[in-house]
Amino acid sequence: MSNTTALKEWPLWEVFVRSKQGLEHKHCGSLHASDAPHALQMARDVYTRRQEGVSIWVVPSNTITASEPDSKDSFFDPAADKIYRHPTFYKIPDEVGHM
Amino acid sequence: MYTQSFSTSDTEDKPNKPSAVAPISIETAALQAHFDAVIDADSKIEPRDWMPEAYRKTLVRQISQHAHSEIVGMLPEGNWISRAPSLKRKTILIAKVQDEAGHGLYLYSAAETLGTSRDQMQADLHSGKAKYSSIFNYPTLNWADMGVIGWLVDGAAIMNQIPLCRCSYGPYARAMIRVCKEESFHQRQGYEALLVMMRGTAEQKAMVQDAVNRYWWKCLAMFGPPDADSPNSEQAMRWGIKRISNDDLRQKFIDATVPQAEVLGVTLPDPDLKWNAERGHFDYGQIDWDEFWATVNGHGPCNKERLATRVKAHEQGQWVREAALAHAHKQQQRAQKEAA
Repeated sequence: MSNTTALKEWPLWEVFVRSKQGLEHKHCGSLHASDAPHALQMARDVYTRRQEGVSIWVVPSNTITASEPDSKDSFFDPAADKIYRHPTFYKIPDEVGHM
Repeated sequence: MYTQSFSTSDTEDKPNKPSAVAPISIETAALQAHFDAVIDADSKIEPRDWMPEAYRKTLVRQISQHAHSEIVGMLPEGNWISRAPSLKRKTILIAKVQDEAGHGLYLYSAAETLGTSRDQMQADLHSGKAKYSSIFNYPTLNWADMGVIGWLVDGAAIMNQIPLCRCSYGPYARAMIRVCKEESFHQRQGYEALLVMMRGTAEQKAMVQDAVNRYWWKCLAMFGPPDADSPNSEQAMRWGIKRISNDDLRQKFIDATVPQAEVLGVTLPDPDLKWNAERGHFDYGQIDWDEFWATVNGHGPCNKERLATRVKAHEQGQWVREAALAHAHKQQQRAQKEAA
């Protein structure tokens, strides 16, 4: 019993919706629900009232591991000075046309 | 549905308290500089980014007030679900009220990304500490009120919410985009319901005019106090939370609404309302700000009733919330036992 009384709020879930077949699931918000089936049902009512989705994922928010925010930018630094990874780094003669 | 473009401070907030001026560390200064650069570049702040405490507090207050407005806004319309004149109007009204609940939920979850809890926000609403749009503290007396709320109240809401789609706080901006997409249905269904009544009997036309008379001035007040009396606006503009001033939004709303009223065939109850060719806008009369503030401060016709209804719904739903958690817990234990 102590487990249920300790939790006052329903846990938080992140909601991802696939808008149509062939597209990826996209994060669209969060909601509170008591368990996974409940979260799915709530997500349907909150985020797909106008056929915005054909598939929904719900993920407990506390299971997501995230990188540090933008202001501490060293995490993404290694990619900043590698311009040779972009096609525009290479000069190709005009007569070659589109490549 | 709507947030008022003014910020009523929480009572314990003392923005000018001298002790708040703590010595700023070098690290904080760097974070502040990064934050300022993001705002200046018209980019977005996201939940885990550093932000000044005052920015966070302002957003929590504004977004939660906005969420509360959506939730309390269901009450005046809910009043008419069982009395809608046809099955068609009833299904439309139910869909609209469900949208308002959805809008409230988008906004609560946006506010929660700032570190406040749903329970805390609801407790603040129920204790009267947090405000909501005072337009919902007026009664809905006849069926035409449903049409007028859609046309004018949601119309004013759209005016206010469109610039919020460009708000500097990412989760709020994204919630507003979702809300605005759905809001257009609300306004159009209201206007259409009024058009039908205006083609009806003399009594029906009189009902529409009566509803317009009662709601027009209150809708103008929804945009918040005049710019000269909005001391917090400048800071909100600097932070990219607010994009257009109260008076400019109000003027935009009036200019857009006057031609719609003509098509509908109703008179807007303002003898001073007339086109000013020089300004390129409609001039309008004095708004009764004393009445506005009295309502904001709890003395409107329905403040007590609205809050009591919310508190009762929350308390009577308590056993459902507990039962759902107990059920989830039991299911989990059963699954663990079977796995063992």
